[in-house]
Amino acid sequence: MIYPGNASCQGCPISLAMRCLDEIENPVVAMPAGCSTVIAGLHPHSAMKLAVVHVPFASTPAVACGLSEGYKKLGIKANVIAWMGDGALDIGFSAFSASAMRNDDIIAIVVDNEAYMNTGNQASLSTPLGAKTTTSPMGKRIARRNVGLITLAHHANYVATATVGYIQDLRAKFRKAGKLEGFRFIHVHAPCPPGWKFPSEKTIEVARKAVMSGAWVLYEYEKGILEFSAVGKKFLEKKNRIPIAEYVRTQSRFALSDEEIARLEREIDEEIEILLRFKKPRDSNS
Amino acid sequence: MDLEPLISKAKMASAGKTGGWRNYRPVVDEELCTTCGVCTEYCPEGVIVNGKIDYDFCKGCGICKEVCKQEAIRMVLE
Ligand SMILES: Cc1ncc(C[n+]2csc(CCOP(=O)(O)OP(=O)(O)O)c2C)c(N)n1
Ligand code: SF4
Ligand code: SF4
Ligand SMILES: [Mg+2]
Repeated sequence: MIYPGNASCQGCPISLAMRCLDEIENPVVAMPAGCSTVIAGLHPHSAMKLAVVHVPFASTPAVACGLSEGYKKLGIKANVIAWMGDGALDIGFSAFSASAMRNDDIIAIVVDNEAYMNTGNQASLSTPLGAKTTTSPMGKRIARRNVGLITLAHHANYVATATVGYIQDLRAKFRKAGKLEGFRFIHVHAPCPPGWKFPSEKTIEVARKAVMSGAWVLYEYEKGILEFSAVGKKFLEKKNRIPIAEYVRTQSRFALSDEEIARLEREIDEEIEILLRFKKPRDSNS
Repeated sequence: MDLEPLISKAKMASAGKTGGWRNYRPVVDEELCTTCGVCTEYCPEGVIVNGKIDYDFCKGCGICKEVCKQEAIRMVLE
């Protein structure tokens, strides 16, 4: 769904994720500012093989909802995708939350490179503890926000996490979301070489180590039940995980004390505990 | 109103021939390559297929070299 010769950096995870949009039938994308916009191209050229509507940040899910409803009225089949960065999700969060609760017929895809990369790496709410950005030059001292958990708390129609590190799993989730109706959210982990400061050939390794350490947990939530994805399942068990320090070491962006590394480990355990509760059907939740 | 001029047209090379960005060139050893397709899956540019690379656009990121299980790809200084 994207032509070569686009403006993405070497080893860009977003470019890789954009290729996978070919899994979704009749796609139309609403896209706010970000690396994605730059990759999509400068007018009068476009790198995208699909229709893109460039929109103001906070409006993204609202525009997607409007497009989706409009196409329905016109009798046109379309899968409208709100394709956002993590920064766009910060800025458009209330529109996102409302869209999930209304069960708008859209697919919200967040390509999360854990900072505002296009403007030169400012911290977002997705930026993890200890990561150096231009607005956290000594390393961020606030933990990241877990958007997947928040969206689960909305009991959204379909919620999935994915990563460019396991591309078949990501493709399967895009494909599935494209066949469902209602609000569908896919949170894609997108390790960014220049932003996270690792060599461009390591994008896949970094992404996989995030899963292997538990820093990124892969799951799908549908019809009120959460299922952990096969590729990442074994890392739910602590004994199978690599130490978080090993993931952290793949990147030069981190400044973490031993206490903070221990805190990261603890938070991974806690988040997995919470996710496990969503494995039971909603009605039997006590 | 004629909206046509406002609509961007899809094309290859929207940012030019990005092959010029390369520091290192991936070179596939045809003897070792089993055309398994893993590099094709992971190349962010989609420019490596069955061991053939479109050097006009390959940015030289090295991901194909990393994911190749046969170690059939070498990165050679341009
Ligand atoms: C309303 C508005 N505020 C600020 C900007 C400047 N801006 C452009 S891209 C960007 C960051 C986007 O970050 P993110 O959504 O994470 O995308 P990324 O570039 O990281 O993929 C900002 C703040 C803008 N274009 N519009
Ligand atoms: S800064 Fe990161 S996410 Fe943005 S284009 Fe470059 S590699 Fe891709
Ligand atoms: S070096 Fe990067 S851009 Fe070039 S073929 Fe390999 S994966 Fe694709
Ligand atoms: Mg971002």
